[in-house]
Amino acid sequence: MSIARLRIGFIPLCDATALIVAVDKGFTAAEGIDVDLVREVSWSNMRDKLNIGLFDAAHLIAPVAIASSLGLGHVKVPIVAPFALGVNGNAITMSPALYASIAAVAGGQIGDPMISAKALAKVVATRKQRGQEPLTFGMTFPFSTHNYHLRFWMAAGGVDPDEDVRLVVLPPPYMVESLANGHVDAFCVGAPWNSVAVDLGIGFILHFVSEILPRAAEKVLAFRSRWARENPDMVARLVRAHAHAADFVEDVANRDEVAAILAAPNRIGVTPEVIRRTLDGRLKIAPDGATRTDPNYLMVGRDGAGRPDPAQAAWLYAQMVRWGQAPFSDDMCRAAMAVFRPDLYDDAVGATASIVPNGPIGAFAGPAFDPGDIAGHLRAWRIGRVPFG
Amino acid sequence: MDSSFKIVIVDKNPIRAAILEDGLREAGHVQVVRIDETSHLLARIYTIDPDVILIDLENPSRDVLEQMFQVSRAVKRPVAMFVDQSDRASIEAAVDAGVSAYIVGGLRKDRVQNILDLCISRFNAFSRLESELEKTRSALEERKVIDRAKGILMKAKSLSEEAAYGLLRKTAMNENKKIAEVAQSVITAAELFK
Repeated sequence: MSIARLRIGFIPLCDATALIVAVDKGFTAAEGIDVDLVREVSWSNMRDKLNIGLFDAAHLIAPVAIASSLGLGHVKVPIVAPFALGVNGNAITMSPALYASIAAVAGGQIGDPMISAKALAKVVATRKQRGQEPLTFGMTFPFSTHNYHLRFWMAAGGVDPDEDVRLVVLPPPYMVESLANGHVDAFCVGAPWNSVAVDLGIGFILHFVSEILPRAAEKVLAFRSRWARENPDMVARLVRAHAHAADFVEDVANRDEVAAILAAPNRIGVTPEVIRRTLDGRLKIAPDGATRTDPNYLMVGRDGAGRPDPAQAAWLYAQMVRWGQAPFSDDMCRAAMAVFRPDLYDDAVGATASIVPNGPIGAFAGPAFDPGDIAGHLRAWRIGRVPFG
Repeated sequence: MDSSFKIVIVDKNPIRAAILEDGLREAGHVQVVRIDETSHLLARIYTIDPDVILIDLENPSRDVLEQMFQVSRAVKRPVAMFVDQSDRASIEAAVDAGVSAYIVGGLRKDRVQNILDLCISRFNAFSRLESELEKTRSALEERKVIDRAKGILMKAKSLSEEAAYGLLRKTAMNENKKIAEVAQSVITAAELFK
């Protein structure tokens, strides 16, 4: 096997775990690949550097891979995702003031996303009556799971994310500071930033996104379609290395080692303890030390999480349509689904590996999602930017 | 050249931003505003209401600008990135140089092509400058290290300065290393034997 040298970009987030461990723990080297792991500062850079070939592969937020393939908001460059780097992992964090206002008007336990969303609607209405500025929510990118997760949640409670509040893009490393200085009232972002805000005593985690969508595709290992077509062996080797790394990460016995690898200053650069919390799904949710546990807070390869699920791509495309980012057509939906490539995953790990069927998205509101009926999904909602229903 | 454009430069590096601003002014653009602080970036940009926005790629706030592609209440004028399907070369050149350009309000691309070109060449000039500076700096550092190692050898082995340098050079050649590396080893060893 010849040694290949590849450049792969990543953003310092816990859902880059499989990639970072694959490289730093030698799983890629075992496949004969020498990876130059490059830390990036923005999703725009990641997209552009992957598009023009400065990166051979990238840790990419799933909706960006889809938007790039459909030519939304930018040049059209078809992308394929043969490995899902993470399922879930996001959380919604609020300032102490907003958290208290929501708790004060909630008609029940605010751990229930429907109750918290309706409480948010009450807070929003009161602010409007009093002539106060609308609340501001931070998210990471226009084409991001964070944008769609926030919108899905608040719209279910009757809050129109475009009319009733402001949604603003903030780079993840700036989230905490922006919450502290009041630039935003809340944010939705991946680990470790929610925990960092709680540890500093300036934020309360209201929800793990796994409470809103029990199974939500998050980041993928992305390649240009053309490169993947021309280098099938390399793609298979990388997917295998990632599958092995994911198994290693999911073995609880390895967690301390994994947390130490990720904590390095040139990787994520936070304390190993914060990363350990994320991997264990046991998060401190309030400055007083209260914790909440959800073993599915972040899934790295477990229960078939590494195998890309085209139904997830269809759900993300449906959100783009719902919020006016993409026109609706069956062709576009098919093109979006074709970004997620379970076939390439299967080729790489071998048909003998037992394939765990992908679980349903299982959203807390609305009918079960059917990738074959996007129009039906869109008709189910009162709030949205499309004239369905 | 069309000098009526209002141009915003978002760059935390004041020297590079100044070099770019000078270039734009020399080319006749009088309305150039620099932003080095990225909090409330969108609000500041809306206040300035520019036609063209230039941002360095080391800046995480580039993602904030991408929000301006969206049609939403928060966005007042649509923004497009300086690329289209046929424009691979210009995006490659820009990314290589480390800069990205956005056009506000449906301006035609050909009207601002020269702004992007100028921006790319100034960014490239800046990195050349920086790497030359870095080279000079490390050359100076190396000379200091070599001088110290020479001093140690002269004292320890009663050598002349010339002989000490010759020994460093010969060792470096034999071990296929740089003289500065061997000199550093001498210093480290001397520290250990203290």
